[in-house]
Amino acid sequence: MNASHVLPRHDRHARPGDPSRLLQAMDLDAHLAAYGPPPYGGRQLIEVVAAAGLTGRGGAGFPAARKLTAVAEAGRRAVVVGNGAESEPASRKDQQLLWTAPHLVLDGLQLAAEAVGTTRAYLYVNAHPGFPEQLGSALAARAAAGLDRARVQLVTAPPRFLAGEESAVVSRINGGPAIPRFKVPPVFRRGVAGAPTLVHNVETLAHLAQIARYGANWFRAAGTSAEPGTMLATCWRADGTVEVVETAIGVPLGELLRLGELPAQAVLVGGYHGTWLTSGRAATLPLANAGLRPAGAAVGAGLLAALPHGRCGVAEAVRVVRYLAAESAGQCGPCFNGLPRIAAGLAELARPRPRPRLRADLERWAGLAERRGACHHPDGSVRFLRSTLAIFGTELTAHARGKCSATSHRPFFPVPAGVPASQADWI
Amino acid sequence: MSQQLRVNPIACTGHGVCAELLPERVILDEWGYPVISPEPIPPALRKAARRAVTDCPALALLLSGHQRAW
Amino acid sequence: MSGITASTALWYASRATGITALLLLSVVVLLGITVDRQGRLPGLPRFAVTGLHRNLSLIAVVFVAMHVVTAVADSYVSISLAAAVIPFVSSYEPFWLGLGAVSLDLMAAVIVTSLVRSRIPRRAWRAVHWLSYGLYPVAVVHSIGSSTDLQSGWLLAVTVSCVAAVAGAAVFRLRRSLRAVPRSGRVASALGEAAGGLAGGPAADQGRPR
Repeated sequence: MNASHVLPRHDRHARPGDPSRLLQAMDLDAHLAAYGPPPYGGRQLIEVVAAAGLTGRGGAGFPAARKLTAVAEAGRRAVVVGNGAESEPASRKDQQLLWTAPHLVLDGLQLAAEAVGTTRAYLYVNAHPGFPEQLGSALAARAAAGLDRARVQLVTAPPRFLAGEESAVVSRINGGPAIPRFKVPPVFRRGVAGAPTLVHNVETLAHLAQIARYGANWFRAAGTSAEPGTMLATCWRADGTVEVVETAIGVPLGELLRLGELPAQAVLVGGYHGTWLTSGRAATLPLANAGLRPAGAAVGAGLLAALPHGRCGVAEAVRVVRYLAAESAGQCGPCFNGLPRIAAGLAELARPRPRPRLRADLERWAGLAERRGACHHPDGSVRFLRSTLAIFGTELTAHARGKCSATSHRPFFPVPAGVPASQADWI
Repeated sequence: MSQQLRVNPIACTGHGVCAELLPERVILDEWGYPVISPEPIPPALRKAARRAVTDCPALALLLSGHQRAW
Repeated sequence: MSGITASTALWYASRATGITALLLLSVVVLLGITVDRQGRLPGLPRFAVTGLHRNLSLIAVVFVAMHVVTAVADSYVSISLAAAVIPFVSSYEPFWLGLGAVSLDLMAAVIVTSLVRSRIPRRAWRAVHWLSYGLYPVAVVHSIGSSTDLQSGWLLAVTVSCVAAVAGAAVFRLRRSLRAVPRSGRVASALGEAAGGLAGGPAADQGRPR
């Protein structure tokens, strides 16, 4: 598989006039010509990042400056990790960024390392074909140019849904499987090799690299005052195309997904731990938490997927939930007991004449699974399940009678097949 | 300072000793794992809670002051 | 004359407390093996098993202490206190007593870590506690070799029964943990079960129904 097959064409603008900041393809020479070397300057960076209001772009949306401060103040020699695992199967933005503009990410990694006072850094990426090699040569080029002060080690993530979870990242870098661990003590206190560890999504690092050069006001020139800046969004449109779009925060979903020209029956916001919205609702909502939270959704890592008419949302959801169950790390009783039963239950609910108590069972298992694991996998999976039951009620009723409104049963969302079965699958 | 009982779900293997020692705060779900009520532990239950923490065969329970970052 | 009587009394006391300690230790180890997701002694709640395990182990410590003190105090044979804790330095029966010192040291490690178990890292406590599987056989061999008491008659029968019970329980527990589904296979096995239509059903980390 070559790069153009793996990575989609990307749109540089969501609409004319929007800033295009991150996704400009540059090798090291072009990067240095455009940006110069990393503006090493020390602790003040954290203040600038705080003023800019940069939040994590990996899905949790935690204020970046607070994480930096927590690790910088931890008092012992820290470790910085750029998280590019992008374990959500439908998300493409981190891959696109790393392929197109790796040096922005690597600048950000260097600057973050300096800000917390360390020279130990890691870049954690999926082993897509060609990726580790590409990034390895980018690092080598920087080393040859004497750009980097922190030593960066490349670590590959297994193709597991949880591999990008913060504590799973740390576990993998420590040489073990990429499974989450209990958050006491938290990763920013004890992480890689027992050291305070800062884990930032690669897109967050890229923004950081630009904020360091252009300042907080520049960053705030786009987006909303509560949620400033631009972000990368992976847009699955109803015509089956997928594009990574760089957009100001707050742009309506209808524009990003072109729902006007490419109508959909429903929109999944936030990937497989996300929430379904009806197409009509989605069209008017902005890609911003202020607008999405009242609808029960969140910006997350900017993954938007429109389900076209003629497809079966229930069937898609059954495949997704089975995948989510299969990807449990198998560590916490409520998760590895609840999710497989939920998956089987939803599959049964999608078949004709489900037994009468099935809904009650599903809701009970959902209630038992959520918030009782060491990570948020059961919570997100339950959120997706409940959202499916709410949005596709009509379809489920039809299914119970043996009917389905879909005209095509080809899978629409990418759901990897197979169930991880041994420890080797997590390394 | 009120205390809160919390379980490490990875260490927990569902022995169920905690539910026997502190039924006012812990019940077992249908798979044998503890469901811990989020209410704080009042002074009357402190001793039982401490015993549950010490007696858990998997050392999976934590008892903590309310405001402390765990 | 009274000195000889006192010494004989101490020597008998040492043997008696030693035998009692071994019996108690056997019950303690048996209970420890039983503390498990599945294992329950009929009629006893789980916290009673853990409670008995702890309390009997502390009583066993008392008996071991008396066993050591009387053996050291007694002048019939010369056993120094050092010989009780440092293996194989005794002038009297260095090998058999040395084994006693080994089991005493192991027991001290297990007991002390267990007293502070909620304050030390979980893994550290577990690792030391596993030494119990070494401690018990060493204690048994020490007991049989150190005096002729257990080498014949009903005491031999009792000893053999204790060892058989502990060994049997250990084998049972070992077979069960070999059959248990490892973490990485749990979900695959649960998905298989769930798809088979078990609505409530067994917990997915066991290889068989609860």
